[in-house]
Amino acid sequence: MIEGILVEGLIYGIVSLGVFITFRILDFPDLTVDGSFPLGAAIMAILITNGANLWLALFISLGGGVLAGVVTAVIHNKLKIPSLLAGILTMTMLYSINIRVLGNKANLPLLKQETILTKVTSMAGGSMPDQYVVLVFFIIVAAVILGIFILFFHTDLGLTLGALGNNEQMVVSQGANPEILKMIGVGISNGLVAVSGAFAAQYQGFADISLGQGIIISGLASVMIGEFLIRSNRIGLLGLRAILGSILFKGIMYAGRYYGYYVHMTPNDLKLITGVLIILSLVLTKFRSIRVKKRTFL
Amino acid sequence: MIRLQNVTKVFNEGTPNETIALRNISLHVRDGDYITIIGSNGAGKTTLFNLITGTFPPTEGKIFVRDQNVTRHPEYRRAKYIGRIFQDPLLGTASNMSLEHNMMICYKKGFKGLKISLNHKMRGYFKQQLVQLEMGLEERMKENVMLLSGGQRQALTLLMMVLSRPELILLDEHTAALDPKNAQIVLDLTTRFIGEYKLTTIMITHNMSQAIAYGNRLLMMDSGEIILDVEGKEKERLTVEKLIKKFHEIRHKTFETDEVLLSGDA
Repeated sequence: MIEGILVEGLIYGIVSLGVFITFRILDFPDLTVDGSFPLGAAIMAILITNGANLWLALFISLGGGVLAGVVTAVIHNKLKIPSLLAGILTMTMLYSINIRVLGNKANLPLLKQETILTKVTSMAGGSMPDQYVVLVFFIIVAAVILGIFILFFHTDLGLTLGALGNNEQMVVSQGANPEILKMIGVGISNGLVAVSGAFAAQYQGFADISLGQGIIISGLASVMIGEFLIRSNRIGLLGLRAILGSILFKGIMYAGRYYGYYVHMTPNDLKLITGVLIILSLVLTKFRSIRVKKRTFL
Repeated sequence: MIRLQNVTKVFNEGTPNETIALRNISLHVRDGDYITIIGSNGAGKTTLFNLITGTFPPTEGKIFVRDQNVTRHPEYRRAKYIGRIFQDPLLGTASNMSLEHNMMICYKKGFKGLKISLNHKMRGYFKQQLVQLEMGLEERMKENVMLLSGGQRQALTLLMMVLSRPELILLDEHTAALDPKNAQIVLDLTTRFIGEYKLTTIMITHNMSQAIAYGNRLLMMDSGEIILDVEGKEKERLTVEKLIKKFHEIRHKTFETDEVLLSGDA
């Protein structure tokens, strides 16, 4: 049970990292995520069933996500429409595309297929129960991704992206094209989300086009919960707390699912709980920001 | 250095709100010029800056930089050789990032790659530059910029702009939002940097005596036109009274902005 929460928290923690980039660093509220998550899952699943190299498949999923993000940024840049609308447009279009990727099906099971997870567990050779092997594997995956994330935001490009959401005028004054920077930032964010989707499909054993429903909200909730855990202005801790927030969020959802019946709650109420959780975080942040200036970066 | 040729800017063209912000302006800024611009609110000073930096294109006319037509070049491309400081001290720095990160972003203009340039050597260089400001900022390089005062932020913006070696700097009343003491500090720094790095400068000010005291050339603007352009010896002989009288003669109306008159003796 606890390892299940941790694994799910880590997988969806990659989504929170992506959501953190768009919502917090770029100040570009991006809803593409609801489409790029199942896109990553669909690409991974179809490539697995066709017997492609697993790591190559993961890489292509990443590329698909990046492309989805770039499309959103281009719509926003060129048509001068709000990022929210641009994201919804891409997300809607992705719904059809995802069905096509899955071979005109809404669902693709991965049972009895060799996935990265089955490979890893067979490599461990029964030295540990399978669920612990999977847990260790995802701790490593999350650590590697967090490491790349931290390195990236210390490069000149990463720093400039950090300034973009805070002060676009400053970035323009430095001779950097904000349109290109948004394409890069939103692209990276959705790339991460698609990778998460690819892992989620393998962990759950299927890809489904409705997999992405509400991902953006749970990602945002995770980011906000994380913000209560650690207070810092260092990018490493900001990334870490997004992942920890995701684990905590999964824990809360688990509790809601298993112990909710004491208060006559059903699994159907989980979306309601998620929404209330976000509103609660917003209210608490409001109260806190009266005392301390909020939102820091690096 | 930069040349404006019959430039006109009309806002909300063809609507009942149509306003002509600039009328048929021609201006040639030479290398090494230090121009001060004075004019009442709505005279078109900031619009002139926005056209030079490329925030928006002119309705009519052309803009040349070293004989290259840049009229249609976007702002970020022109920013590579133009530095601009706004009245609002918050616009020049990213408040939720540290001093050293802000300086790193401003160190080099243009697209930034995947290099990690902020190393020990770079920090030493930044520290050495910050000492010049005499504000003790060299000890606070890891702090977020939002913790600095308006004056400190404006001084930092000025320093960072100078570090990127622009060919032309535009100062849009960059001391107006500061208290008198900080305004003087920032102004002194400005004068020092302009002299040290031989920067071509255009400075908008609301303060007549400041416009007279600084620079080698003075422009006076009114309702979208440059009505006075004096330089050299003629400028040196100007006084606030003479300037107001001149305005009277040219426009046959009183120079009405209280702000200008009040700040006349500052």
